Amino acid sequence: MRKTEIYNMKSPYREDLKISGYSFGHGRKSACIVGSIRGNEVQQLYVCSQIVRKLEELEAANAITADREILVVPSVNHHAMNIGKRFWPVDNTDINRMFPGYDLGETTQRIAAGVFEKVKDYDYGIQFASFYMPGDFIPHVRMMDTGKQNTSLAGLFGLPYVVVRKPKPIDTTTLNYNWQIWDTNAFSLYTMETDFIDEVSARQAVSAVLRFLTRMGILKYNSHNGYISTVIGEEELTSVRTSCGGIYRRLCHPGDEVHMGMPLAEIVHPYEGNVISTVLSPTEGIVFFTHKKPLVTENEVIFKIIRRLHE
Amino acid sequence: MIETVVSMELPVDEKLTIRKNRIMPTHPSGEEKRIAIVTGTHGDELEGQFVCYELLRRLKAEPGYLKGIVDVYPALNPLGIDSITRGIPMFDLDMNRIFPGNEEGPMMESMVYRLTEDLKGADLCVDIHASNIFLMELPQVRINELTAETLVPLARKINVDFVWVHASATVLESTLAYSLNCVGTPTLVVEMGVGMRITKTYGYQLVEGILNVMKEMGVWEGSVGEVRTPVVSTDREVGYLNADSAGIYVPKIKIGEQVEKGALLGEILNPLTGDVEQAVTAPISGLVFTRREYPVVYSGSLLGRILGGVEK
Ligand SMILES: [Zn+2]
Repeated sequence: MRKTEIYNMKSPYREDLKISGYSFGHGRKSACIVGSIRGNEVQQLYVCSQIVRKLEELEAANAITADREILVVPSVNHHAMNIGKRFWPVDNTDINRMFPGYDLGETTQRIAAGVFEKVKDYDYGIQFASFYMPGDFIPHVRMMDTGKQNTSLAGLFGLPYVVVRKPKPIDTTTLNYNWQIWDTNAFSLYTMETDFIDEVSARQAVSAVLRFLTRMGILKYNSHNGYISTVIGEEELTSVRTSCGGIYRRLCHPGDEVHMGMPLAEIVHPYEGNVISTVLSPTEGIVFFTHKKPLVTENEVIFKIIRRLHE
Repeated sequence: MIETVVSMELPVDEKLTIRKNRIMPTHPSGEEKRIAIVTGTHGDELEGQFVCYELLRRLKAEPGYLKGIVDVYPALNPLGIDSITRGIPMFDLDMNRIFPGNEEGPMMESMVYRLTEDLKGADLCVDIHASNIFLMELPQVRINELTAETLVPLARKINVDFVWVHASATVLESTLAYSLNCVGTPTLVVEMGVGMRITKTYGYQLVEGILNVMKEMGVWEGSVGEVRTPVVSTDREVGYLNADSAGIYVPKIKIGEQVEKGALLGEILNPLTGDVEQAVTAPISGLVFTRREYPVVYSGSLLGRILGGVEK
């Protein structure tokens, strides 16, 4: 295990922003794993730290294939994490919307450029990300439909689902999208949590990465085969919305099988305590995403359901 | 007449409502042109608030001169303005990156969809921004090169100092202006002043410009003051000043000044050691049209922009 400096930036009043990488094995740039790019991605940081620990053991046991190098970057934006913010503390810009970056540009463009310089040119890029809609997901691999994505490779993580998303203009500045444009096979892994640590899905994510690296011939590691992933397009998910605002009571969870007309959630009057709306499932299928926070507005997407799929 | 464009219930006893004020001519014919003035997408940019007030005051003072419909939307992001938040509180994405919205998307995207539907079909839309809390901008119109042909002639009449035709970028396809221009509603983006402040002179200047454009369109028959001819950037270079050190930036020049290449524009100071970390000099000769106001800088922080002379 070799700890290296990926990027360093001076700060006017704090310690320098030091972005660190951990390299394992030598030779061909095979896999790069990036953890938290946003300051609230604590689960993502935790998962990476556990991967580093595991890879250190495996490297000591000579389990990394010859001529294969793995780089892990656990955290990019700890300047935000250390003070409880999600985005770059000074101007609130999102480093994950600055790729491929620009080394003569604005601060977060420079950080993105510095990081991208070191994480590009790998065969596989794996990012632990979080979605812009906060809530709980079934653990899955997410890929951007750039025409270069390879969903059968994504299935080798052995997570239950692979979701393919058509990129919107705003997605073209993410790490995942730019990895793919620069010919790295890119995968974003979503576990249950972001701001808190969920041990079960963290272990599942660590196993998924080790399983993938083994199947790609980068690592020698015996692991359970995992799932045979179901590939779904994001547009195939049915969104379920609220008809009013209030206190949200969740009745179903990600992974639950639901049938048409089944109550998914209740909205409770914030003063009087009675149920003012019961949100019913418009379809049969498996719950993919649920809103989690205790309050909801009107017309918010609180559930996404994989239509007509059964356990 | 004040109208609700779109409204959604918040969790506890409140609605999020985007409103507009529609000013109609005294004797409408049903064939009028319509112009829309929108601002307040970024909750920390307030220059447009004074423009909305002043424009409405002028229109109401001489109602007989109005020959078209004027819709004024002072606050596209009312929760942001009300809480000194640039973005939409509780939402990750910049409001000016989710246009034209999505009827089936999350709450904010569905609101933006309804807002876009309301703006569509206007004969002109003016979207007023005020940079951000970090930068002061000379009154300018920014135009994507793809729409320059239609928009530059309009921008010349709106009484700004400068028209900046910039390269297109995929990420900018989700702005209000790009989305409206795509569906045939010509939309001018004005940037002027600085975040969290009102620069009254710029406000008066832009109101005069809006009235001038309205006059050209046959929407206004009242008086219009002197209107300046802007510099158009098409054949000019723009020089960027980005910090290379961290510290406190103290500028030495004023916005709107002409500077020579190599001139000292400001210094990045170190308040702990008493040293100058970086002497910032002009990369090219020209007009300073952007100047940093907020002192704390990192490497990369934008300190200013200069519009060069005509390239040889
Ligand atoms: Zn703005």
